[in-house]
Amino acid sequence: MKSVCFYFKIHQPFRLKRYRFFDIGNDHYYYDDFANDEIVSRLAMSSYIPMAETLLQMINDSNREFKCAISISGTAIEQLQHYVPEFIDLLKKLADTGCVEFLSGTFSHSLASLEDPEEFIRQVKMHDDIMKRLLGVKPQVFANTELIYDDDIAAVVGSMGFKTILTEGAKHVLGWKSPNYVYQAVSAPQVKLLLTNDKLSEDISRNFNNTTWDEYPLTADKYIDWIASLPEQEQVVNLYMSMETFGSFLPKETGIFDFMKALPRFAKEKGVVFSTPSDAVAKLKPVDMISVPFPISDIDEARDVSAWKGNELQNEALGKLYAVAERVNLCSDRRLKQDWDYLQSSDHFYYMSTKNMADGASHAAFSPYDSPFAAFTNYMNVLADFLVRVEEQYPENIDNEELNSLLLTIRNQSAEIDELNKEVKNLRNNILNADDSTNAVKGEIPEITDEKASRKASAKKSTVRKTPGRKPAAKKEAEK
Amino acid sequence: MKALMFGWEFPPHILGGLGTASYGLTKGMHANGNMDITFVIPKPWGDEERGFANIIGACNTPVAWRDVSWDYVNSRIGNVMNPQTYFDLRDNIYADFNYMHLNDLGCIEFSGRYPDNLVEEINNYSIVAGVIARTVPFDIIHAHDWLTYPAGIHAKNVTGKPLVIHVHASEFDRSRGKPNPTVFAIEKDGMNNADHICTVSDLTRKTVIEKYGIDPAKVTTVHNAVIPLDDSLLNLKRTETKDKVITFLGRITMQKGPEYFVEAAAKVLDKNKNVRFVMAGGGDMEQAMIRLAAKRGIADRFHFTGFLRGKEVYQMFRDSDVYVMPSVSEPFGISPLEAMEMGVPSIISKQSGCAEILTNVIKTDYWDVDAMADAMHSIITNKALFDTLRDRGIEEIHGITWEKAGKKVIDIYNQVIESRK
Repeated sequence: MKSVCFYFKIHQPFRLKRYRFFDIGNDHYYYDDFANDEIVSRLAMSSYIPMAETLLQMINDSNREFKCAISISGTAIEQLQHYVPEFIDLLKKLADTGCVEFLSGTFSHSLASLEDPEEFIRQVKMHDDIMKRLLGVKPQVFANTELIYDDDIAAVVGSMGFKTILTEGAKHVLGWKSPNYVYQAVSAPQVKLLLTNDKLSEDISRNFNNTTWDEYPLTADKYIDWIASLPEQEQVVNLYMSMETFGSFLPKETGIFDFMKALPRFAKEKGVVFSTPSDAVAKLKPVDMISVPFPISDIDEARDVSAWKGNELQNEALGKLYAVAERVNLCSDRRLKQDWDYLQSSDHFYYMSTKNMADGASHAAFSPYDSPFAAFTNYMNVLADFLVRVEEQYPENIDNEELNSLLLTIRNQSAEIDELNKEVKNLRNNILNADDSTNAVKGEIPEITDEKASRKASAKKSTVRKTPGRKPAAKKEAEK
Repeated sequence: MKALMFGWEFPPHILGGLGTASYGLTKGMHANGNMDITFVIPKPWGDEERGFANIIGACNTPVAWRDVSWDYVNSRIGNVMNPQTYFDLRDNIYADFNYMHLNDLGCIEFSGRYPDNLVEEINNYSIVAGVIARTVPFDIIHAHDWLTYPAGIHAKNVTGKPLVIHVHASEFDRSRGKPNPTVFAIEKDGMNNADHICTVSDLTRKTVIEKYGIDPAKVTTVHNAVIPLDDSLLNLKRTETKDKVITFLGRITMQKGPEYFVEAAAKVLDKNKNVRFVMAGGGDMEQAMIRLAAKRGIADRFHFTGFLRGKEVYQMFRDSDVYVMPSVSEPFGISPLEAMEMGVPSIISKQSGCAEILTNVIKTDYWDVDAMADAMHSIITNKALFDTLRDRGIEEIHGITWEKAGKKVIDIYNQVIESRK
């Protein structure tokens, strides 16, 4: 029996406002709230909400036989919470049906997997915490930003305990192999790989509306026929699409929602089932190992990472940003950390792409900037301000290791103070006990009492009134 | 095919971009092969490059019969023209112009510049054009800019051959929208009489269609290109400076938007003191700009060079880190292409014609001083951006050749000739 896994991707970055160099140091708010509100609300109304409702209806109508997966970034969730909270309710409903699996990913749809493994792990945890808190689910399958994948990433993801990764069925990696099997990662054999079927995905996302396509118009029975007529052994078809495809790229007038609604009925006739990635993997054994020495993604013709790391501008911006990764993670300023997350969204680097062949057109279509140079200039201005703020937290001339040990001392300091306070308390009790027992020997104790009494007095004050930060001072005074 | 071209300037004696563009285009057309071009200019100096076109000086063309010997002619104008051409031209004098002020060879004197009696000189030029048109064989007439339109029309009337005019700039660009009626009338007359009009950018094409009311079907854009610079210029040594240098280079006139450059400079200097700004060139707004720079309190870092000539221009490019052209209205604007070829990242206004064909430059609106300042700051602080613009800029310029532009013009010739058959 063939399984079809639908994956719907939702991501929105926090787009940056126009930020001039003379704002550096003066203005620490970087986001274009108006544009973000407008774009997120518009997409929610035309696409996210109708699609989520369609999925709910499909699940109910098919007696919960329709299943799918959703991959949503943290930055998208935060914006949807702000601007379209009703969509979050729909996500909860979908999660409650048990027919929709939510995938793991990076919080800000970032490139951390390529730049900084530690930051990558932090972002994934952050993302999964949100999923847990908001939807009550613990993601079991990992899908990286735009399905970026290579052997190193597989190892890191495997070490985090994930057993399944969804990635791109790139032709230059697969060669003659078919994406419709389960594979395993060469660098982490316990990790199973699900690969997207580009041809069938694009037949919906690109060709559905394409009147010059020789198979136009695409109908649900024809589509299910194609899947059913795949070779016997090919058991799983992964269809990965952006949620915006439904309702935005393909407006509802194209009939895309009706197409979707009709799928379960024809699938049932042909004996094709829908499943979540976890279910699909559970039933199937890997047929082969796949090695991916160079990173792949689902973007552009080349299916590589050149959309984000293809020119000097992008590499410069990424280099400058991730150079402070360790530092930012050491600090505790919440706003700084938030900006750190938002600035990592891959979109900012995508806008800087200078590919001007066929791909360039799609880069330009999504970019809020006139040119990649304008995107770079704006981002670097914002980044310059951000770096100034990082510098204000910890001066640059202290290197990370030194900083780490200093921070450790500071952190331990309060524990140490607590311990000393406890000791003081014990001693004080002892003294009080000694005072109480008037029969005690009076030779040695009075000396201690004098000394400890003064310490006691100030220590008492500090425990009661002062904040922990002030304790060392009080302590020092007491010791003098 | 034989073409008769009328121009006003020709390198090396040039006063603006017109000479460079007509030279480049002619050379590019010749490179396409099978073109025989006669190029008429008011006053040749004898040091013009001639291999690709036959240059005739209007000031060496007789309009009244003088009985002079071959040797005399050779001694007088042999350095600029074959004496035989003089005698051929003399055979085609079509009216008695002895009432005019003529020299010993029966020729009218031309300054070849832009004198106060420009309109008179333009008129004289078209008188001469009548003689030349009767002498030289050609299939098509091509007139560069309004100064030569009357000559083109005259040649067309005499021979009935089709006329193509080339709009390098229009009066609307030069005057920021307040055209001189005399010039406008000459331009309009030229456009009405032309069989086809070439413009140097879509921007100019739009002006021609909208402001002059010309049928869009007979207006085609032929973007300018750039003549590859000589190695001696490309290898100029940079004068070592501590500071970054941002340069404006061009006539300091209303059309070029110099005040926006000064305002942007003030914004950059407010944040970053390690920059120097240079305004190179001369013009009627120079003093006003000196005053403006002083008023903004940046005169210590804002420098004026006066008019630069020949090699000085390229030395200026070589010493610059950023080139800025904030033109309010620029039909094409060839200097950013030269700056880019010298490896200088450029910022140009979206209102420049060359913005239509350039991608590896930063484009801003001329009035958007903030954006311009931001771009300047970004290039001088981000090496990655500087390197990208430099390397890709050089590459891009090498793909913009006059040969391609020439091919386009030849296609237009064929089309015009075809349509009259």
